[in-house]
Amino acid sequence: MTTLNERIKPIVMPKWGLSMSEGKVTGWLKQPGATVNLGDDLLEVETDKITNVVEAGEAGVLRRVLGEPGTVYPVKALIAVLAEPDVPDSDIDAFIAGYAVPAADGGEDGADAGPRYAFAETAAGTIRYARRGDGATTVLLVHGFGGDLDNWLFTIDALAEGATVYALDLPGHGQSAKALPDPTLTGLSKAVRDFMDVVGIGTAHLVGHSMGGAVSMRTALDAPERVASLSLICSAGLGREINQGYIAGFIDATSRRDLKPVLETLFADTGLVSRQMADDLLKYKRLDGVDSALRAIASSMFGNGEQTVILGEAVGAATVPTLVVWGAEDRVIPAAHATALGSAARVEVVPNAGHMVQMEAAGTVNALLKDHVTKNA
Amino acid sequence: MSRKISMKTAINEALDLEMRRDPTVILMGEDIVGGTGAPGEDDAWGGVLGVTKGLFAKHGDRLLDTPLSESAYIGAAIGAAACGMRPVAELMFMDFMGVCFDQIFNQAAKFRYMFGGKAETPVVIRGMVGAGFRAAAQHSQMLTPLFTHIPGLKVVCPSNAYDAKGLLIQSIRDNDPVIFCEHKNLYGHETEVPAESYAIPFGEANVLRDGDHVTIVSYGLTVHRAMEAADALARDKVEAEVIDLRTLSPIDWDTIIDSVERTGRLVVVDEAHPRCNLATDISAFVAQNAFGALKAGIQMVTPPHTPVPFSPSLEDLYIPSAEAVAAAVRRTMAPSPRSTLAA
Repeated sequence: MTTLNERIKPIVMPKWGLSMSEGKVTGWLKQPGATVNLGDDLLEVETDKITNVVEAGEAGVLRRVLGEPGTVYPVKALIAVLAEPDVPDSDIDAFIAGYAVPAADGGEDGADAGPRYAFAETAAGTIRYARRGDGATTVLLVHGFGGDLDNWLFTIDALAEGATVYALDLPGHGQSAKALPDPTLTGLSKAVRDFMDVVGIGTAHLVGHSMGGAVSMRTALDAPERVASLSLICSAGLGREINQGYIAGFIDATSRRDLKPVLETLFADTGLVSRQMADDLLKYKRLDGVDSALRAIASSMFGNGEQTVILGEAVGAATVPTLVVWGAEDRVIPAAHATALGSAARVEVVPNAGHMVQMEAAGTVNALLKDHVTKNA
Repeated sequence: MSRKISMKTAINEALDLEMRRDPTVILMGEDIVGGTGAPGEDDAWGGVLGVTKGLFAKHGDRLLDTPLSESAYIGAAIGAAACGMRPVAELMFMDFMGVCFDQIFNQAAKFRYMFGGKAETPVVIRGMVGAGFRAAAQHSQMLTPLFTHIPGLKVVCPSNAYDAKGLLIQSIRDNDPVIFCEHKNLYGHETEVPAESYAIPFGEANVLRDGDHVTIVSYGLTVHRAMEAADALARDKVEAEVIDLRTLSPIDWDTIIDSVERTGRLVVVDEAHPRCNLATDISAFVAQNAFGALKAGIQMVTPPHTPVPFSPSLEDLYIPSAEAVAAAVRRTMAPSPRSTLAA
């Protein structure tokens, strides 16, 4: 592309996660001619994994809408144009005419060309992980019970703009080893440190979701020198209550009919649970060893219908800088737990979002995480 | 770790993984070793289309080449199962089952019942089914309704590599006799399949596509025809829900009924001969249990009531096509009840 008008800002089909190659425009939330502010919801896009809102990364007037609702576009295809009102229409037409979709795997930054995932042989067994970005600070994303590194679909690339970001599958999860030598919080935390040793992470900013938050807290308490900061998202380990129906339902479901309503508990907007999300989780749950791993973890951490390990007081007393983020409508772990650390943490409760707040309000959560990591770098 | 492999490779992998996991798993069949490890190894086929190729090198004499006598070795496999082994016996073509009906229908399927629950028969009988391979009338039938007719038998017919691996592993672990039907024209079909072991539970259909206008139920090869038809219909704004049964005994009635109660229209696609097949069975069940939900007559898409033709052009006409499925859907969508009469 040669004569790029700097004042014309393309809106392109986003790439959410490492496997996304195309997405469907399901509807526009701003109409042509509307003034758009940074962070405004622009449109909804459906992928085979999830439907989500695309937020404006820049401000301007929505001069052209090219993405037709119901139509599938490749990642990075031009779907709209933002520009100030004084930019002539002819310039915008020329921009659209001259826009070329970058090749899907052309790897303009080289990152897309490599394998989507890597595997590390650790003392805790084989661990699958993804690595994005190459900033000086290191961030490690730790998913929750039954999750995997794709729970950070909307997080990993955003954080990688200023840091080296790792996301791993905990033992018993995703495509990591299913055998669990130690299904306790201590065992999972040990596995995280084993992983950090093998891939050469000295100190990291830990971002933990749900059970991953408890794992991150345990790591900060057991190995404070390796944890630069904590970001706890709808975290376990901050109070007794947990939705036992969710935990049991997730473990017991063997069909999409059973699993889909359980997964809907995770979101404020239950329409976000796609067939692919349920199918992918069923494929994971069917793997040999997963059922017993999940049951072992659940009975260790959520036995008798409540959380058995509470770390809030210890973490509050420690000096690690901590951010707590919660979805106000979390139906798995109540948002009331957000205040468990008192004044020792920055607390943000995000409205209209559930337990998967990092997916449902990705823009907001990413900004909070970036801010917390940058301040404590 | 997931990669794209064919259904044939997925079946081979399931057998290999289960043989590693459980020393009582053995394989029996005609030419399943196929000269491996002996002079003439280059000719080692591993069964008629090479499904068991390479397993002898890994598991040695746990693969038994049998004489050309299905009545003998299927009986032996059933006896071994009753005595604590988990044999997987390959019938080259399911069409050959006629000579061992007694062993399967009268013995294997009855042991648990007739010995007061004390006997278990964890045998898997796997083999090729279906038309389209230019293999003529004695090697091309979809005989699934013969098996579903017999209580005590479990009947499986996967439509893709992922399901084939998970369902075969479940079949081997199951404590009852399982008839595992492999459509020979799907052996080369590739899907993403995890390298690890996993089991897909029986009796859980797979909804391959959501739709609110019509329910299409099928299994095996014709699932793909149903999906093609659904894609074509979607261009005309007709949204079909496509259900892949995966297992025929047990069968997932709940998923079928739930879907028909929402769509009000049912098309069943079955490659088996049209009389007393899965299509008639499912149609009758829905008519009996969800009659009030039906907005139109149920449509069945099946081959004609003839042997499978050897003439390639006739054989192609014999197998239910995507066009035939789409036409059946359109009949259920037609406004006048009279036009739902079979054309």
